[in-house]
Amino acid sequence: MTSREQILQQVRSALRRSEGQTPPEPPPVRLHVPEMTLESRIASMTTRLEALAGVVHRVKSPQAAGAWIAETLAGRRAIASNAAFLRDCGITQIPGVRSGITDREELRQLCATADVGISSADYALADTGTLVLLSSLEARMISLLPPIHFAILPATRLLTGLDELFTLVPNPSQLTRSVVLITGPSRTADIEQILVRGVHGPGLLTAVLVG
Amino acid sequence: MTPVFRRIWASGWRLGADAMNRRVSLFVTCIVDQLFPQIGMAMARVLAGLGFEVEFNEAQTCCGQPAFNTGYRAEACRVARYFLDVFENAEAIVVPSGSCTAMITHHFAELFHDDAAARQRVERLSHRIWEFSTFLTDVAGVEDVGARLETVATFHDGCHALRELGIQSAPRRLLSRVRGLELREMQPAAECCGFGGTFSVKFAELSGAMARAKLDAIKQSGADTVISLDPSCLLQIQGAASRRGVRLRTMHLAEVLASR
Amino acid sequence: MSREFQQHIHDALADSRLQNAVYTATGRLKDARLAVVSDNVLSDYQELRTQANALKRHAIDHLDYYLEQFQRNVETHGGHVVFCQDATEVSDFVLSLAKERGARLIVKSKSMTTEEIDLNERLEHHGLESVETDLGEYLLQLAHERPYHIVAPALHKTRYDVADILTKRLNVPRETVPEKQTALARSVLREKFLAADIGISGANFLVADSGAVVLVENEGNARLTTTAPKIHIAIAGIEKVIPRAQDLAVFLKLLARSATGQLLSVYTSVLSGPRRSGEIDGPDEFYVVLLDNGRTRLLPNAERRQSLYCIRCGACLNACPVYRKIGGHSFPWVYSGPIGAILTPQFMGIAREPELPFASSLCGACAEVCPVKIDIPKLLLDLRSEAHSQRSGFEKLTFRVFAWLACHHRLFALAARIAARLRFKVGPIGAWLSQRDLPPPPSHRFRQLWRQR
Repeated sequence: MTSREQILQQVRSALRRSEGQTPPEPPPVRLHVPEMTLESRIASMTTRLEALAGVVHRVKSPQAAGAWIAETLAGRRAIASNAAFLRDCGITQIPGVRSGITDREELRQLCATADVGISSADYALADTGTLVLLSSLEARMISLLPPIHFAILPATRLLTGLDELFTLVPNPSQLTRSVVLITGPSRTADIEQILVRGVHGPGLLTAVLVG
Repeated sequence: MTPVFRRIWASGWRLGADAMNRRVSLFVTCIVDQLFPQIGMAMARVLAGLGFEVEFNEAQTCCGQPAFNTGYRAEACRVARYFLDVFENAEAIVVPSGSCTAMITHHFAELFHDDAAARQRVERLSHRIWEFSTFLTDVAGVEDVGARLETVATFHDGCHALRELGIQSAPRRLLSRVRGLELREMQPAAECCGFGGTFSVKFAELSGAMARAKLDAIKQSGADTVISLDPSCLLQIQGAASRRGVRLRTMHLAEVLASR
Repeated sequence: MSREFQQHIHDALADSRLQNAVYTATGRLKDARLAVVSDNVLSDYQELRTQANALKRHAIDHLDYYLEQFQRNVETHGGHVVFCQDATEVSDFVLSLAKERGARLIVKSKSMTTEEIDLNERLEHHGLESVETDLGEYLLQLAHERPYHIVAPALHKTRYDVADILTKRLNVPRETVPEKQTALARSVLREKFLAADIGISGANFLVADSGAVVLVENEGNARLTTTAPKIHIAIAGIEKVIPRAQDLAVFLKLLARSATGQLLSVYTSVLSGPRRSGEIDGPDEFYVVLLDNGRTRLLPNAERRQSLYCIRCGACLNACPVYRKIGGHSFPWVYSGPIGAILTPQFMGIAREPELPFASSLCGACAEVCPVKIDIPKLLLDLRSEAHSQRSGFEKLTFRVFAWLACHHRLFALAARIAARLRFKVGPIGAWLSQRDLPPPPSHRFRQLWRQR
């Protein structure tokens, strides 16, 4: 008998279940999506993320986003993902910003030496100040290796919270192999409970909301 | 029986009680009987002062908690059965201890898991048994018993009373009406004094360390007196204070309420 | 009581610096939790706990079904599931895979399950380098120590301890500033991440309907561990499985709040397989190791089964007045605190440390904070009855006599009167008296006073 068979058999006999026996439906999860205007969602997102030493910046249009990023980058080396929205904002045109990379090794090299990583985000969650990177087009390393991370997304993608996310996307793994929820800059308090930012992930995080 | 339901039940009892003899039976607990008899007398005085006819059934012994806590269920079961017999006919039982009350209302049923008849008796019993402060506020419906005690005091919440019986505001409401008494809260609040019955014997050093942490919290509060509704907590705190040479008065809630 | 256990507790109590460190750190975590679960901040906290308990109960009660569903979904996405009964099977699997792929360097993110099976020791014994990447775990690995706390492994270390560790093991100039110590570890570990052949993680949750592994962290090391190397192996106990992705809406809200007082941890990753075509980075191979290691032994008893609901938040440790005094290293196994006190006897047998279930005053603070509502005090009491077989003949006799006396009130009163006057400094009374005074016996007992009134 394989270990798999052994373990499953032990589980079944302990639970007095037979093979293939279908369980009843799991208890329902009550997802609550509150009514919140865009403005109040933006306000909440800002409060939450700023409390974690993140930054929220709002711009009127994709062009304005591109201009603001260009100004903020001030010539630093950046790596941008291949998200369509970043192209719309003109990010990929900014001097010093590399994008369009599809090779894993090349991407890793660039991320390891870049000062800034620029990504989009599929959603944001207002009640916790969270960015949700769901799309398979968001290379993982971009929001991970460089010490600074900018995420640019349409303001309409700002949801009220986790409940709304799971209402819209009940099974995210059907869409992508990696979903990451980012709530603030990387941190630790492992040494004497003293807060230190930028341990392995970026120490500086800015969410740019467009529209 | 949920706390809310018990309160509703209590109101009903109270209404009915006016029409009949207001008789209460004391279950003083073995610690009070042997080491702190004045607590039992104080409780009796307070109840009598409120117009209750107070009885004491001499056949009572113990709730069985020491055996139950140490894992001796069969022995605890024997003691529980005896308790059921002794208090079979008591209309209302009042107990000056959160831990003993919780033993009866929350754990007796477990002991009789294979005896449905006994469980029914436990169920009936748990409708008739009250921790002292809850009896005063929920059944007698009083908060002011005319007590007077000049002191700066802090109240120690016994763990069983707090977490198993949900008792927190009743003793504080009663204490707020004691003339001359200034009540301060401890920080941290609601931490175990370290008694834990068998624990204090098997892990004496650790229990002592927890008692000292409790003494520190009491000292921080600036209180001269610590009040509890659990004699076992008082034993622990008093014992640690005395050993450490700390001047601290420990009083049971009943003693405070009996003060004039 | 076992000498070793007694000695550890004594040593912990005698070390006032340690006492202070543990008490303060757990106090902060305890307060942080309270700030984010109170009524005005999270009005449905109690309801969430009830939901979480119900979801875990359902998952565990039908565990075989969800394990099979999980496996099917992992495999649909191109991953592999390996069932392992014990530590040896896990290390055999990792070693053979490493050998096949010519792998030498492994990076690891924090996993209590891998501590449980001493994975690093086994891998290192066979010539692999396995590096812990969570800062606290990395420091402890350098110091050859076990984690002190489920969530804050290096709770007991000061910056000076850390400076000693780094200087000694990395041969660097002495550095006592935590920010600089962190930066140093970061640069060392970054090289490891980028060079590693295999990344090993644990899993906070296994999602059956998604074939996904959920990793919750603050540093980013779990993300790097599972993104940089070409192979990702997630090792998790079979009890980690939950039915649906949407259940995370309940569990994620509870986990970070209960553990550290954060609304959500910095990074929550939901990983469901090797990278798809079109995905630029991520591992090429994805394995989930499902570990038994005794968990199936906890299943038959419907009450004890709830021990498996644990989501490893550490809230019970922070609330426990005993843990806060004696710390994690006083406990005999990797799991410490209240959850450790119920898991250890069930996994290892009560004989491993018969006194462990008694090392509690049953105050109930743990049950009050447990996000999945495990009734820890009830299980401790249950385990104490089981420990019955380990008790001394003298103790058994004492309680039998006690029970008999308690049914004969005159004799009980007599015996109690005698006992109240005993002040011998031996045995249990001696133990009591070592710490505190007994009040002087009153001149009259209550019964007498009552008769006289």
